[in-house]
Amino acid sequence: MNKKQKKMLIRILASAVMMVVLAFIPAEGILQFVLYMIPYLTVGYDILWKALKGIKNRQVFDENFLMAVATVGAVALAVYDRSGDYTEAIAVMLFYQVGEWFQSYAVGKSRRNISELMDIRPDYANIEVDGKLQQVDPDEVEVGSVIVVQPGEKVPLDGVILEGNSTLNTSALTGESLPREAKPGDEIISGCINMNGLLKVKTTKEFGESTVSKILDLVENASSRKSRSENFISKFARIYTPAVCFSALALAVLPPVVRMTLLGLTADWGTWIYRALTFLVISCPCALVISIPLSFFAGIGGASKAGILVKGSNYLETLSQTKIVVFDKTGTLTQGNFEVSGIHHNEMENHKLLEYAALAESASSHPISRSLQRAYGQELDRSRVSDIQEIAGSGVIAQVDGHQVAAGNDKLMNKIGVPFIPCHSVGTIIHMAVDGQYMGHIVISDIVKPRAKQAVQELKRAGIRLTVMLTGDAKKVADNVASSLGIDRVFSELLPGDKVEKVETLLQQKPGRDKLAFVGDGINDAPVLGRADIGIAMGALGSDAAIEAADVVLMDDDPMQIVKAIRISRKCLRIVYENIVFAIGVKVICLVLGALGFANMWLAIFADVGVMILAVLNAIRALFVKKL
Amino acid sequence: MKKVYKIDVDCANCANKMETAAKKTPGVKDASVSFMTLKMHVEFEDGQDPATVMQAVRKNCKKVEDDCEIYL
Repeated sequence: MNKKQKKMLIRILASAVMMVVLAFIPAEGILQFVLYMIPYLTVGYDILWKALKGIKNRQVFDENFLMAVATVGAVALAVYDRSGDYTEAIAVMLFYQVGEWFQSYAVGKSRRNISELMDIRPDYANIEVDGKLQQVDPDEVEVGSVIVVQPGEKVPLDGVILEGNSTLNTSALTGESLPREAKPGDEIISGCINMNGLLKVKTTKEFGESTVSKILDLVENASSRKSRSENFISKFARIYTPAVCFSALALAVLPPVVRMTLLGLTADWGTWIYRALTFLVISCPCALVISIPLSFFAGIGGASKAGILVKGSNYLETLSQTKIVVFDKTGTLTQGNFEVSGIHHNEMENHKLLEYAALAESASSHPISRSLQRAYGQELDRSRVSDIQEIAGSGVIAQVDGHQVAAGNDKLMNKIGVPFIPCHSVGTIIHMAVDGQYMGHIVISDIVKPRAKQAVQELKRAGIRLTVMLTGDAKKVADNVASSLGIDRVFSELLPGDKVEKVETLLQQKPGRDKLAFVGDGINDAPVLGRADIGIAMGALGSDAAIEAADVVLMDDDPMQIVKAIRISRKCLRIVYENIVFAIGVKVICLVLGALGFANMWLAIFADVGVMILAVLNAIRALFVKKL
Repeated sequence: MKKVYKIDVDCANCANKMETAAKKTPGVKDASVSFMTLKMHVEFEDGQDPATVMQAVRKNCKKVEDDCEIYL
């Protein structure tokens, strides 16, 4: 509770206690009026003041105005009737303030919840000066400096580990609770928490460009883009409040006038004015104007807790209407790094074959040659290799330990006249020949992410009509991946420009209300991310282009996060619609009852404050996303 | 030029009102209020002095929502 809330709580309690005491004091006339005005003003003076200010600033029709008119009216009526029943007027004000207090408390609580979880801003960086650690502002650390990260500290800047082994807690960034291992040579991103070892890190980015700054920027700007539902509500409130004010006025004036002039009955002003005041209290739009933005606020907060950054509530809304998901293959459904997945028909030991292949390819920086080196897993002694001949589009021929080693595709084997066994596996095939003898082949392929299949199935279950995969890879490889994952349509052998075209065709073919989401890893698919109804970048930690181009950023590269993002958005939007229907529904019913005279002030208080509290509680539910 | 200010406001709708008021203030190119982080991002038009413009923004915000504060 902050100071304001404490003060308000005291005012509410004081006023409530006075009301109870006053019920036992037999006072009449002026004295009673004065006595009752004490709790009324105690709890409501600021509302009256704000209503007056609103009139002065020509912002007449707001909740303060409604409440002020309703309560002042009810008090005036009690004076006019000489009934001395001021309780209802004060109760309206009292409960209205209870409702306001409650929503302010609830918002404060959820804001703290979210900001604690997003508390990734590092306060300082350690720099070693003459053997001693010095704490400096991360903003002042230049690119290429060496910083020291002690156990328990946040990594302040992006960089590469020079010394030290440790485990990193990335949960604040990715929502993933499993710690990540870190060793020298690894890239390290700011915002992780170093758990046990001392690390020396060479920074690769300035603070302003570091992951942590990018993420904080994104989160802080998230609510500036409004969803259609929010715009609807603020427009609705702008028309609605004046409309009910005039309806109430009509309700107070027209029936008595009609009764007097046409029906020849008594005007019965008191009854109709009372009904009009009830009508005003019921109609207060607080439940809507407060709970709808709050639902989105909680939804976006809950999502960022799960490592899903949504750039605005409009994107959350679009995401919930997604019916078509288009994936980029490499890096999204597959790991994006090539690995040796098999060695077939080999005439020598697997390890020996890999060693020869890695050595022959050692001069190349192609991903294939790097994957061979990784599979070999030991330091390469380059002095064992000589006479490297690269044959473009075919492979390499080199002398290794005095043997002639040829490593390459079918074309290379044909060229040197070595008969080879074709491979049935999908992937890149490297045939090996040593001294003119066929030694078997190595299959290198991109590995499908472990949870990709599950993610595609879950998307289907969540009502996604169509899944599409786009890739620049060969048709055979693409078809194989797609069928193993259960993807509906595949477009392969695409150039980066073709992907935009394909997405545009898909956008034209789909029915208007369905939305199309594109999921990519942000590497050279930024234009596509921008073109789709909603662009989702995954595994985006450290990739600036992706964070900028995408509407939704998944910090983890687990495809299941896509499903989670869609579920969170659906839950949030369901809550928004529940609140709209519930609040408007209850109000319409109570308004009709009020106009007909079946509703008294107490029902009106429920329709106002009760509905608001229920709607706020419902909105807070959007924050809880763990089980989705 | 862009600047960020800390604000204090009670409800999400009031934050929306502040945003509209800030946007309408002369000298402000664009403004957005984040209720979640209680911050106001203001982009000023070229050649405007942020300090004077912000005084006007604060005044306009107070007009639409009495209970708000912008920490300048």
